[in-house]
Formats: sequence, C-alpha cells, structure tokens
Amino acid sequence: MATNKPDYDHLSSSGPKIPPMPWFGMDIGGTLTKLVYFEPCDNVATDDEVETLKTIRHYLTRNIKYGRTGIRDVFLQMNNQMLGGRTGSLHFIRFPTSEMMSFIELAKAKNFPNLADTICATGGGAYKFETDFKQEVNLELHKFDELDCLIKGIHYIDRNNLDCECYFWKNPGDPKLAEKTPFDFRDPYPYLVVNIGSGVSFLTVRGPSDYKRVSGTSLGGGTFLGLCCLLTGCETFEEAINLAADGDSTKVDKLVKDIYGGDYTSSKFKLPGDIVASSFGQMNLKDKRELASREDIAKATLTTITNNVGSIARMCAVTEKIERVVFVGNFLRVNTISMKLLAYAMEFWSNGSMKALFLEHEGYFGAMGCLMEYIRSGHHLNGLPNGSR
Amino acid sequence: MTAKSYARSINLPTENAFKNLQTARRFAIDVGGSLAKLAYTATVHRKTSLVSEESDDDGSLYQVSDTDETIVRLHFVKFETKFIESCLDFIQQQSDATKSPLREKCIKVTGGGGYKYTDLIQEKLGVQVDREDEISCLINGCNFLLKNIPDEVFTYQRHENPEYKFQAVDMNVFPYLLVNIGSGVSFIKVESEDKFERISGTATGGGTFWGLGSLLTKAKTFDDLLNLAEKGDHRNVDMLVKDIYGGAYSTIGLKGDIIASSFGKAARSPRTPSQSEEHNFKEEDLARSLLLSISNDIGQLACLYAKLHSLKKIYFGGYFIRGHPLTMHTITFAINYWTKGEIQPMFLRHEGYLGAIGAFLKGATEEDADKYSWEENFAGSSGLAHPKPSRQVLSTTDSEFDKLEFDRLEKNLLPCPLLLDGDSYLPDTVDLTQDTLAREYWLQCFKDSIEKQEEQAIKSQSTVDGAEKRAGQFKHKYLDRLETLERNPCAYGSLNVRGLLDMRSHCLKEFNFTDPYSQQKQFENEQALKHLPKRLKDLDALDNTEERTFALARGLLAGNVFDWGAKEVAAIMEKGDFNFEDAESKLQDRPWLMDNYDDWMKKRSCSKNYKCCVIFCDNSGADIILGVIPFARDLLKTGTKVILCANSKPTLNDVTFQELSIILRFVSLICPVIGKALSEGKLVAMASGQGSPCLDLRYIDHDLVNKMAQEQTDLIVIEGMGRAIHTNFEAKFKCDCLKAAVLKNRWLAKRLGGEMFSVVFKFEQGTA
Repeated sequence: MATNKPDYDHLSSSGPKIPPMPWFGMDIGGTLTKLVYFEPCDNVATDDEVETLKTIRHYLTRNIKYGRTGIRDVFLQMNNQMLGGRTGSLHFIRFPTSEMMSFIELAKAKNFPNLADTICATGGGAYKFETDFKQEVNLELHKFDELDCLIKGIHYIDRNNLDCECYFWKNPGDPKLAEKTPFDFRDPYPYLVVNIGSGVSFLTVRGPSDYKRVSGTSLGGGTFLGLCCLLTGCETFEEAINLAADGDSTKVDKLVKDIYGGDYTSSKFKLPGDIVASSFGQMNLKDKRELASREDIAKATLTTITNNVGSIARMCAVTEKIERVVFVGNFLRVNTISMKLLAYAMEFWSNGSMKALFLEHEGYFGAMGCLMEYIRSGHHLNGLPNGSR
Repeated sequence: MTAKSYARSINLPTENAFKNLQTARRFAIDVGGSLAKLAYTATVHRKTSLVSEESDDDGSLYQVSDTDETIVRLHFVKFETKFIESCLDFIQQQSDATKSPLREKCIKVTGGGGYKYTDLIQEKLGVQVDREDEISCLINGCNFLLKNIPDEVFTYQRHENPEYKFQAVDMNVFPYLLVNIGSGVSFIKVESEDKFERISGTATGGGTFWGLGSLLTKAKTFDDLLNLAEKGDHRNVDMLVKDIYGGAYSTIGLKGDIIASSFGKAARSPRTPSQSEEHNFKEEDLARSLLLSISNDIGQLACLYAKLHSLKKIYFGGYFIRGHPLTMHTITFAINYWTKGEIQPMFLRHEGYLGAIGAFLKGATEEDADKYSWEENFAGSSGLAHPKPSRQVLSTTDSEFDKLEFDRLEKNLLPCPLLLDGDSYLPDTVDLTQDTLAREYWLQCFKDSIEKQEEQAIKSQSTVDGAEKRAGQFKHKYLDRLETLERNPCAYGSLNVRGLLDMRSHCLKEFNFTDPYSQQKQFENEQALKHLPKRLKDLDALDNTEERTFALARGLLAGNVFDWGAKEVAAIMEKGDFNFEDAESKLQDRPWLMDNYDDWMKKRSCSKNYKCCVIFCDNSGADIILGVIPFARDLLKTGTKVILCANSKPTLNDVTFQELSIILRFVSLICPVIGKALSEGKLVAMASGQGSPCLDLRYIDHDLVNKMAQEQTDLIVIEGMGRAIHTNFEAKFKCDCLKAAVLKNRWLAKRLGGEMFSVVFKFEQGTA
C-alpha cells in the first residue's frame, strides 16, 4: 500500500537543499491575507536560526492577536509536522488585506528584513504589493501560482492533519439532526474544489497535480459582506454572520407560494411552495421593506450567495461528471448556515448522488501550498526568475 | 366614453387600447406580477374595393365598387397589473346581453398572478376561468412567434452597427433553451412542439434586481433602477481582478477588468470603520453593479445548462429583459464571455407576449394557428422601446399600452420553390438599420410623401363621410411610426424600404383606405387597353426576331415607367397626356446601367425554349397591358407556358389578381394568341399571396407554389423597382431569372451609379 501512496506534497527530505529559516507561506487575497508559519521544534537549529526563531516566537507564536485585526487561529495549529526534513508546528494567522501596509510597517519595526531577504507569497496581492515590499522593507516577494498552492495545500493538510480534516454534514436539512461527520478523503480523485473567497473559483482535480479551473463567479464572500455592509450597516464578517443567524429570509424573498398560493404544479413538473422563487423578491414593496429586519436581510443575502454558489458548483460537477464537491475558502469560516445549505442543496438537487465536503482549514490552503513551494524550491529561489516554478 | 369614470384608473385611454371588442371572441389573459397581457381575436370589418365586369352603360370595362371585407385579427394588449380591475370593467361594459364578446363563457388564464385574480375575473366578466400552465403557454407562444413572425428574433451588440441584428424565420426551430427571467428565472429546454422540460431555475432574477435595488437605492420603479444603472460605473463598487492583482491574472486568462467580487469594494475594511464618506457609494454605481452581477450570473447558468444539454440556441425573455438595451447588453456580454463567443444569445421582439399568445392558442384550437400565415399589423403594434429609455412622454396617447396585432391571412404562404437557397434568402437589398445615409433619405422621402398619400386617400373616397378625418388619422399614425423609426430604426425589426411601404399600407388600411388607387387603376387600365391593338400590331410588324425581342424588352421597361408610387414620375403623369412612346423616350439608351440584354437575346434566339415562365407583375395600366402582356405573348408564341402573378391585395397602383383576371379576359378579345392560351390553360393569372409593392419570396401563396413546381418553371421574371431593386436584387434562383426595372428615384439611381430612368436589366442563368 505504502508504495502506491501518492506523493501529495513532493516534499522529500532527500530532495534539494532546504531554504534558510524562517519559513512562511503567505496568501494575499482580495479581502484577507493568510499566513502559515512553520516553527521548528527539533533543536537542530544553527545559531543564526535560533536568533531568528526567537525573534519570531517573541512576536508571532506567543500572541494570538496582532494589532486590531490580526488573528492566529490557534485551534487550527498543527503540531508534529515533518516538513523538508524538519519537525515542527504549523501556525495559521490571518489579517485583512487592507492592513497590508501596516503589516509591512510592522515587519519593518520588528526588524524582519534582517531575518530574511525573501518572502513567498501567492494570491493576487503577491503581484499587487510586490513593489511595496521591495521599497518599504527591501524584501523580495517570490510569487507562486495561486491555484497550484491551493491544491497542494489541500493535499498536504488533508493527509497530515492528525485530527480529521475532511467532513460532511449529516441531515443538513434538519436543524436538530444536522451533524458534522468525518469523511475519509484519502482517495479523493476526482473532485471539484469550490474556493469561496471574495470571489469564487471552481476547479476540477483529477490527480495530485492534475487540476483545471473550470469556472468562477464574482458572487462570493466579498459580495455577501459588501451587500451586508451596505444593507445592514454591519462592519465585519462575524457581525454579518451573527445577524444572519437570527434572521428569517422568507420575509425578504418571494417564495413559490407567494406567487402561486401554494405549490406550483403542472403536468410537467412541480415546485414546492416553500422554495424561493425570487431572492429579495418582496423588497420592491415598501410595506414589505418596513417589515424586514437587518437580520432578515443579512440572512437573505447569505442564502442568495450560498445558493448561487451551490447551483454553479452542482452544474460544474454534473458537466464534469464529478460527485464530490469540496468547499473551501474563508466565506465558510464560522458559517455553518452556508455549509448546511450547500450540503442540503447538493444532496437535494442531485437526488443524493452528490456530496458536499468541507475542510477544517477552510481558507489556509493557498498559504500552506505556498509554504511548501518555498521549501521545495528553496535554495534555487534566488537563481530563478521571479514567479516561475 | 373615456375611462375617467373609473375610480381606480389613471386616465386610461381604454378605447384606444382595447380595439374591436364588439366582435371579440376567445379571451385569454396572462397575469404577471407587474404586467398583464390580454389576448383576444376579433373580426375586423372594413370596406375594400371590388372589381366586377358587370359594366354599366358608361362604356367602362369594369366596375369598382365597395365591398365588405372581414379579417381575423389577434389582439394583444399589455397593461400594468394594477389596472386589471378597470380593464375588466371596460371589457364588461363593451358587452351587452346580446352581443357579449364573452360568448364562449370561459377565459384562459395563465401567469403567476393568475390565481390571485381568478375570483375577480370570474366575478367581473361572469365567465369561467380556465387556468393554463404557465410554462407550456410560454413555450407555445414562443414557438408560434419563432415559426411565424419575420424578424422576431434578434441578437444585440451594443457597440456595433446596427446594434440589433434580426434573424430570418428559422424553419428548424428546435432544440433551444429558453431562459425566462421574471422575478425568478426558469431554464426550459424545448425539443419539439410537445416536448419541453424546465431543466432548472434560479431565484436570482428580476425580482432580486428590483428588490435589492429598492434596498440599495431610492429608485421607485424597475425602470428607474435601470436608468440609474445606465448612468453608473460598477468599478466603484465591484472588486476587479486588477484590484486584487494590480493587473491581469494572466496564467488563467482573467483580464484585469473582469469582476472578481461583485460589491467587493463595499465590504467594510476594519481600517476605516467610521469614515462614512468612504462608504458613500453612488446609487448609480450600486445599480450598475447589481445589474451586472445578476446578468452575469444568469448568463453563466444559461451557458452551463446549454452546454450540459448540448443546446446551441439560447433565447432570453421575461420581465427582466423587456427589450431594455442595457440589460440585453449585459446578458450578451455574459453569454459571449462564458461561451468564448460561440453562442450569441437571442432576444424576441415580442417576448412580453409569449404567455398570452400561448394561452390564447390553447383556447383556440379551431383557430388552427398552424394552418394559416400571420402578418404583423404595423399600424396596430407598438415597436420596441427606444434604446435610451429616459425619454418618457406619456399620458395623452396610447403609449402606456404596448400592443401587438396579427392579421390572419386567408391562405397559407410558403417559400418560393425556385429560390436557390431558401434558408439564406433575405428579400431586402439594403438594410436601413445599417446604412445610415439610406435610412435618412428614405425616412425623409416617406415623410415627404405623406401628404400626397393623404390627398389620394381623400380623393378615392370623395363621396364617403369622414374620409378627410380618417385620412388625417392615417397621416398622424404613419408619421408617428416614422418618428419611432427615426429614434430606433430597429423598432419593427430590420428596417428596409419594403417595411416602410408595408407600414404605410397598414396605416392606410387601419383607417379604411384599402385601395386608394382603385379608380386611377381602372382609368389607366382602360386607357392602356385602347392602345394594345396598335402596340401588338407594331410588334408583329417586326419580323426580325432580334428587333422584336429588343422591342419587347424595351416595352417591358417603358411600361414600368408608369408608376404612381414614384414621386417624380407621378408629377409627370399628373399633367396628363404622358403616353407609352413618351415613356420609351425617357429610357436610358444602351448600354444600360445593368445590362445583361445580350445574354437574354442569345437565350431567346436559341432553339430551346422555356417550359414555363413565372412573371411577377408590377403596376396597372400601361405596365401590365402594354409592357408585360406583349412580353408574355411572345413567350407563349414560342411554346412557353406563362403564369402571371399579381398581388392578392391592393397596394398603390399595383395590379391586383382580380384586376389582372378581368384585364386578361378583355385582352383575349383583342388578341387571339392570348385568348387561346387562356382557354388552353397555357396562360394563367395567379394571386401571389402578397399585398406589398415589394416581393418577399418567403411568403408566396401555396397554390402558386404548387403550380410553379408542377409546371417545371424554368424562368422567373421579376419586374419593377419594388420587386426587383428594393427586394430580390441579389436573390439567386435555381432557374433562369430576369429582373427588369426602371429607376424612378433620382437618389437611388445616383447611388447605383446611374441617372433618373436608368435601366436595370439583370439576366442570370439558373445555377442548379
């Protein structure tokens, strides 16, 4: 069996020389920047390394909050990881991309440039902020392809998370019986990845490095948060999700029964009366607007975006003849409403043949993949043209 | 009676909207959330001219008298659903106990709003309500339009000229995907008349646009929202690829301008939670962003469904579209994007009526839509919305109502079997939607001629009451239509000279001027007949075949000079004493502007003669009698059968089938050759099925179609500007074809590189 095991991460300790510490992987998205840091704890460090690690530990791994907005997701931390011949822990940190300039300032203040001369990044911001990094802190940004990183990160974390990484929702349609259930994802191919960040990407994955972006939509997490900010005056994603949790979207949406008085039935097909016929379909009426609360509107926004992603995901899966759909991305963070909705919709519209899967590390796969790419191609980095692999 | 008496209505010009209710039968109504569409059929009675041989003693050859004509017309009226009660009241008012328009005692109802109003309809009209399935009505209506109405379907490209590209009627309609965007969206796969399936839907539709738009802006109506969107810039609200990447994401082919996250910039960043001005997004930009996100989303899903079901044609309809250019633009953009340009989304001119048409057809099995051909009545149908929707002048006219009328033609019309390629044939030579100079000229030209037409109309009914008033109404109506076309040349489909002529005929008929030239034609036919014996004698005196063939060709052309439809010629003819010889002298000398005469001569002098020749005739008087008939007579003499085709219905001074039949009987008294041919069936007059000064060979009387095939027609002659220049100039045929016309419009002659009275004599050998 062991010989057949696919090499998900291409990380062999007998491979090329590993790069110097510190090891970071950064994924600069449209809304959030995700940072994965590998902290070795194998006591084989050189003196230089010890100093560097100490500095970083002092600020990064001893805290769980950075500034007003940076957060380390401690519960996601992965210990006892073997990477590039070293053993250590993986730390997962995020902060809003809008804070990037403060981050750079911070790096400057903490004398980070003396610790490293390159930093690896993926995501759109790797391009956007390249000159800022160079000018402000004299750091070379080494760019890795976003989708490559995403897929590699998924494969690594799924395989190496000692707790179960992959799960699905049992009875997603029933609030009382819905239950998060582990899923064995060791033999994953083929599957569809739906990465819901600010926007959404749909990728088919048929082998360790055999993947293709098959579609995308601009209606994603950014749309949810943007609309919620505009419509409810909320300020953060968490606030928007909390509002939605207390809302009732039927006060906002137009249901089939609002149009037909009940189920829509014809000789050809049937639509249950409780199905949403038109999202926000009642909001053109003044009296209905007055009856809808902020919570109701947040809920309607969340379900609209979620259902739409679900529809496109399902169509992509049908077209590509794929049955497993893995939803990732930070839109799903603290967002069980959307997960259950997606799980329910997938199951319902495919008559049970399709399965929605979720991963614990939601939005960190790109950053993880980036870290792996860095380690893998480490000592060649400086000799390679920027951004190539 | 005005509708002012109804408390709930806001000055509804109901009489204007609901025409011919007294004879209306078979109602159907499609009640949508916002708009209701009423459908009914009614018989329209009007006067038309009848020519008969029972001559009085005044020496005239035939009599022209009035007769009643009854046509069956389908009426469709769109109005806002909130007016439904007053509209129902009005319908009820129109029906007294004896002449109830609701004698069927049932009304077909479809549409989402239908169930809410069932009781109201039942109560107001005292009829039984039959509910019909919404989707099957939609498909029924869609199929009807696709199969019957020319220029129904179009594609829309905002930055192209023309923006609208109309599609020919496609005989192979199926399969297709219909995306109906109402408050929600339905994706319906249609494989045949009876086989269709709603394959999916999405709740993100027109209602989402309107609902979210109402929350995000102060717009009160759907159209306000669209107007806002028209002015907005989504880039202030949406997060573009370049906002994330600083440029394009080239490895996966995403351009910098592509929207990465709709409304992404509106997501508050913690950095500036309270700096309110930063979050002060403009309503216009929000509306634009909303429209784009919904259009893109629907477009994407449509493409996914089309791909999954291998469908190449996608039609869009529903309240969300309603012909709004910006919406069609965003949908087109999305479909082009997702299919990489492989699929052009198609829109329907009358998409708002699909459900109503379908519901009506379901209640009208005896109407047998399939057995007849239908013609859109331009006088009674509203055009497409003006591309720039801001212009809103309302309230006094019937512009609050969108209307559509189809006239049932008595015969089923079929494509001409002689066409080389019937599928790609388009009758019209110049597309005036594309050719701005030509459009401006012709629109002005038709405007300038309105008063002459009005005058002629009054003259033709000088003894009839109200002629002047009606002629004035005609003028007003036609002017209104021309102005609509000035604003949006695509308002009634592809714009061409044929359409402008037909529209004028429709407007004249609308006010009971079915045949304004009847007396003029009668007079000229009589005059020409007097000259026929000498004309035939002169021709027969030419024993040299070459000379005679040329004289016949010149005669055909000289006859064509006599045309009341041509402004400049009409001015000459009005002075009187303009004779056939004068006309011949006006003709351009050879070589003609387009001159294949030598080929024609060669063909005529070779030993092999034609089996059967079909001639599409033009004008009454000298044209048919002194030009066409001698030409036909020569063909008959060489053993060729001749089918003379004339319009089924009158227009201008074009000879009609009725008139032609009488003329031929008189000619047979003068000329034994004609007499013999007529009695032996070697010469026949047939109705073309048309009522236009132009000729659309896609819609020919089916008897004529059969006859053409049966007689193995190997020569087609098309005569006159309308039939051979404005239309069919480029048409290719399986058999030999002669197109002969004299250019009687200075502007057109110049454009073709000639002068007034230049000659087109285009002879082409069959290619099959």
